[in-house]
Amino acid sequence: MTWFLDNVDYVWSLTLKHVWLSAVPIVLGFVIAVPIGWYASRHRRTRGLILSTGSVLYTLPSLPLFLILPGIVGTSVLDPLNVIIALTIYAVAIMVRSATDAFAAVSPAVLDAATAAGFAPAGRAFGVELPLAGPVLLAGLRVVSVSTVSLVSIGALIGVDNLGSLFTDGFRRDFQTEIVIGIIATVVIALVYDLLLVLVGRLLMPWAKAQTPDHDNPPLRQFFHRLSGARP
Amino acid sequence: MSVLSETVDWLTDGDNWSGDAGIPHRVVEHLGYTALTVAIAAAIAIPLGLYIGHTGRLRGLAIAVSGALRALPTLGVLTSILLITGIGLKPSIIALVLLALPPLLAGAYSGLEAVDRSTIDAARAIGMTETQILTKVEVPLALPLIVGGIRSATLQVVATATIAAYVGLGGLGRYLIDGLALSDYPRMAGGSVVVIVLALVLDAVFVALQRLAMGGRATVESAAQS
Repeated sequence: MTWFLDNVDYVWSLTLKHVWLSAVPIVLGFVIAVPIGWYASRHRRTRGLILSTGSVLYTLPSLPLFLILPGIVGTSVLDPLNVIIALTIYAVAIMVRSATDAFAAVSPAVLDAATAAGFAPAGRAFGVELPLAGPVLLAGLRVVSVSTVSLVSIGALIGVDNLGSLFTDGFRRDFQTEIVIGIIATVVIALVYDLLLVLVGRLLMPWAKAQTPDHDNPPLRQFFHRLSGARP
Repeated sequence: MSVLSETVDWLTDGDNWSGDAGIPHRVVEHLGYTALTVAIAAAIAIPLGLYIGHTGRLRGLAIAVSGALRALPTLGVLTSILLITGIGLKPSIIALVLLALPPLLAGAYSGLEAVDRSTIDAARAIGMTETQILTKVEVPLALPLIVGGIRSATLQVVATATIAAYVGLGGLGRYLIDGLALSDYPRMAGGSVVVIVLALVLDAVFVALQRLAMGGRATVESAAQS
């Protein structure tokens, strides 16, 4: 505890780096995956290919991926960009599947009704399909968020500073307190992100609350529930 | 361009393919850790998962524990455990086992939960005992998801064992961690390529196993991601 109080500034600066390194891939992953998922849900033939590509990308182990990226995209080994690119790849890989499921679950009858009511294709996609797919998209994004926050710490091994640096530093100095504080801070970030996502979901989709199967579970239990169904 | 060709040189250098620090030996080591870890974790998690799935008891607890385990950053768990136990093969394997439990547990209980209730009721109605229902109805029907859990756990252990080289474990992670320490890019990139190929090959093996477990039912992809 005294170590923490003495090093609050250091832990805080690592927390900010951790937040930055995880927020960018989560947002990018969502923005990239949603159109791909929308496309996959409408084209049966390419759906299998897109989904299996996602599944293969998700199979890549993180540390090796961080290390081969410099050879492929020309960054330096210590560049935080390697971590951001790799985590964006994972985020897209997870999110494409959720997005495909989300859009595929929108009833064709509703789409026909929207077209009949005079929606143009683009208006229909944004005004009808996106809101209806929203709750499932949100569920996928929450999985992405937790997994990304946890994976960022591996970046410390290649010298990209974040809360994971407390693990490597604590290990080198044989100092358990530092590691435990790093673990707690990482879990807190994941929880805060999750609460933010739930809040944004409630604001953007006030109608979805009643439909969520989990609405009688408290948020913390939902958090664990989802984790246990998520891939590492 | 030069980093790429240096990596290819490293991978094709005969010296890197022989001896205790050679690629074949490291691959065998890595597969050995993975097999040992998954076997121990499966021996714990699968019977437990079957019990939870069959009886519905302890479900909340299992979800909370495996969820909490998953939220923890793996590097933090590894370094924390190894500081307590001291470095070595046994402590590393214990840490890897701990991290492999959640996907195996989830595969087993969600597999049983996905079995149609009316099928189980029918089995009970024709006079099967609880043990028969479990072994002859639930487990065969849940097999694709159970294998899916083993697949997730295996791939996770392959990845985490690589990271565990940081806390002293052998295997392919040595190339990455030692390469990083020596700023030897060809070594870390070459080692990374070998780990990635290993992961992809293992994944393909499990896709085939899941297809076998499906026994012609539906498609394998629906079970693959669970």
